[in-house]
Amino acid sequence: MKTNASNAKKTYQIQQVIAGIILLIGGLLVAIPFIWMILSAFKPESEVLQLTPTLWPETITTKNFIYLFENMNFAVYLRNTIIIVLFSFVGLFFNAMAGYAFAKYKFKGRDKLFYLVLATMMIPGQVTMIPVYLILNQMGLTNTMAGVVLPGLVGAFSIFLFRQFMSTIPDELLEAARLDGASEFRVFMQLILPISKPIMAVQGILTFIAGWNSFLWPLIIANDESLYTLSVGLSLLKGQYGGNFALQMAGSTFMVIPIVIIFIIFQKHIIEGYTISGMK
Amino acid sequence: MKSYSKTTPYLFIGPALLLLALFSLFPIVVALVISFTDIDLAGLADYSNISFIGIENYLHIFKDPIFLKSIGNTIFYVVFGVPLVIACSLGIALLINFGTARIFKAFRLVFYMPSITNVVAVAVVWTYLYNPQFGLFNYLLGLVGIPAIPWLQDPTIAKGSLIALAVWRAIGVNMIIFLAALQGIPKTYYEAAQLDGANNWKQLTKITIPLLRYAIFFVSITTMIGWLQFFEEPFVMTNGGPLDSTTSVALFIYRNGFQLSNFGYAAAGSFVLFVTIILITIIQFRLQKKDTDF
Repeated sequence: MKTNASNAKKTYQIQQVIAGIILLIGGLLVAIPFIWMILSAFKPESEVLQLTPTLWPETITTKNFIYLFENMNFAVYLRNTIIIVLFSFVGLFFNAMAGYAFAKYKFKGRDKLFYLVLATMMIPGQVTMIPVYLILNQMGLTNTMAGVVLPGLVGAFSIFLFRQFMSTIPDELLEAARLDGASEFRVFMQLILPISKPIMAVQGILTFIAGWNSFLWPLIIANDESLYTLSVGLSLLKGQYGGNFALQMAGSTFMVIPIVIIFIIFQKHIIEGYTISGMK
Repeated sequence: MKSYSKTTPYLFIGPALLLLALFSLFPIVVALVISFTDIDLAGLADYSNISFIGIENYLHIFKDPIFLKSIGNTIFYVVFGVPLVIACSLGIALLINFGTARIFKAFRLVFYMPSITNVVAVAVVWTYLYNPQFGLFNYLLGLVGIPAIPWLQDPTIAKGSLIALAVWRAIGVNMIIFLAALQGIPKTYYEAAQLDGANNWKQLTKITIPLLRYAIFFVSITTMIGWLQFFEEPFVMTNGGPLDSTTSVALFIYRNGFQLSNFGYAAAGSFVLFVTIILITIIQFRLQKKDTDF
């Protein structure tokens, strides 16, 4: 009986090690594009074009990155991307407000309006792409920053997540604040938002990532290079410098690394966010 | 009891709802209307140039060889992409959930990473990896004596190459969904099964997979909708080539709308896609319902 138990334990441990090895190999495969990107970004162009590639750069150079800023407009792209990120936080605030109203107020048509919000999640981007362009054109907003920012400012899924979280806040808390004479907006700003920190953290990070990565609307709306974001600039770079892989990798690294750093710092919030939002 | 005024709730939902109405709901109406017109750049400049042409766009689009090809390609993406995404993300989630050592938590990060990175950046990186002359993949294959593969130059292989990249990006989110579902399964089920002498395989097929049914259903629907809208990867990496063998329906719509400025025609295409997505979702829900009846 005892040997049976120790045998079972041994098999279990072996299985654990095998699972670890499979994941290690899989993880390495998944990480290869990142590793190769970063290493190539620091190689001079001639080294990247060698027929026998080097793993570690023989000569480490930051010339590729300097080139992006001196000979291409990456500084402008970076500024535009940051503007979009900042505006998307305004959108996040609108989402939070709407989520709060749907969670905590009783008003006429609430449920119908909420279903309408949910229904917009079903609409594929390809269907709205062309009409939104025509609408923005009618409003005279093509080739403007407002045109780039507006279509993606609010999102149904985000409103839904805020509502889910905020409906767990007890009503007594709101009543107490109201009795103290706080206005509705103050209740929201000084009571609801601080309580909603966990969902705010998740949404904030996801908003940042989405804003930083925004590609389609800037591509459609911006004709002028002065409105390009990093993503659009990078796809332009791919077209113009098709053969210069070192430069392309530097551009990609510049886009990917900030997100990876933010992700590693806040990963606990992001991954646990799926549990908060009840996406089970 | 109610101390807020009647207008307060509407002020709170106002900004978000106004934007959603303007950029999500109203466009549906516009798309439907213009899909029955011949609106193009001339029509955009002066509305009197637009004429109502009935269902001509729809008749025309189903005779358009490129549109038919893009439907075929999109079906290819769905048929191979959806099972691959589910198998990979479920497999990885099971392995991570099985592990007890701390390192297994770190694997979550590694597998999640691709899903948050910029699609243009990773498409640029993968184009380099796929490069027939200087790419890493062909170099590594060369080391073990396998001749170079035309990753993005051969019509069929190119589709597979794009799927590989998209699967790589899709694993993370779905793995997390599966992990959350796995952690929701009570440990006592497994303990009871072990007492009855069920081995790992039995536990997996008789307990885990049946209890993950809802998660698998959720992931398969969202993944399928995602593949039906497959756009950025073919757009950045191949621009639909070679010979439109990687053009997806979404890319077809984009190209007709914004490169050829056939807005009405593209809107008709987008409605075909929209109806397809709705139909597939309804069918999947029906099947799921039937499934749970037993």
